[in-house]
Amino acid sequence: MAAEATTETLEPTFYLVEEEHHHEPGGSTLLGFWIYLMSDALIFATLFATFGVLSSGFAGGPTPREIFSLPLVALNTAILLVSSITYGFAMIAMQEGKLGGTKFWLIVTGLLGATFVGIELYEFAELIHEGATPQRSAFLSAFFTLVATHGLHVTFGIIWLVVMLFQLNQRGLHPENQRRLQCLSMFWHFLDVVWIGVFTFVYLLGVLR
Amino acid sequence: MSDAIHAHDAAHGAPHASRRTYVIGFLLSVVLTAVPFWLVMTGPLDATTTGVLIVGAAIVQILVHTVCFLHVNTQSEGGWTLMAYIFTAVLVLIVIAGSLWIMFHLNTNMMPMVDAPSS
Repeated sequence: MAAEATTETLEPTFYLVEEEHHHEPGGSTLLGFWIYLMSDALIFATLFATFGVLSSGFAGGPTPREIFSLPLVALNTAILLVSSITYGFAMIAMQEGKLGGTKFWLIVTGLLGATFVGIELYEFAELIHEGATPQRSAFLSAFFTLVATHGLHVTFGIIWLVVMLFQLNQRGLHPENQRRLQCLSMFWHFLDVVWIGVFTFVYLLGVLR
Repeated sequence: MSDAIHAHDAAHGAPHASRRTYVIGFLLSVVLTAVPFWLVMTGPLDATTTGVLIVGAAIVQILVHTVCFLHVNTQSEGGWTLMAYIFTAVLVLIVIAGSLWIMFHLNTNMMPMVDAPSS
């Protein structure tokens, strides 16, 4: 009896040094997804570095000034930028618990994303039609790899967005769906950040040189 | 929806958005995108100045997106998103600047080997 009491008192006691945080379920999911995005940023960094090294390897083929159409790139940049703020409106509607508003802004974002990918595919088709294929020169190989990797990311973002629309239709704004929408939000805004690098270093500096 | 609730939400865990930061971020991004395109498409300045300006605008715009759209700040996830972000930024700079630096010098050293007809 006495021994039991002693062990009882020797039992380690824990004190929470920090104030209690009420963690929503999925708090660590968001951080984990953020770490994934950072690793994705490294993929893009290597592709940017490759493009930077090969950007003057024209092999007698077309140069950026000859093949890039800046008005088209400006249009695409504007579309992606607007899709960023429409996704932001979807997140605000989600926080206010408005299912209809969330779905509406998600659909707008998805349509803008699809337009972006469509215009990019049109641009690629034009380039290939003019003979500026990925096989033509090191510059074009690096260009297509970098820009198409970004476009592929946007495509997967759209697929994810459509899946989320089905989820919202079936189950509404429950915490798991909110967490998924927050992850997709980070993904979507991250792709816009990568695009800043693409239009600046690939298109604008390419035409400038 | 009061400001107190928002400030409390922003201090812990998941980032929470506000309409104001999104609109501010969007307006800044529009300016920081339109000016570089205008500079390159109309060409009022010489190429070097334009190049420096558009790279500067890109860096500022990336920071604007990070703060206003991705909600990275010292509080979110106990500061871990910011730490991961800074770490990644350093790696990205090393990878890109390092590759360009090394390959530029290799190119220079290899020049005499290449009997380029154009030079």
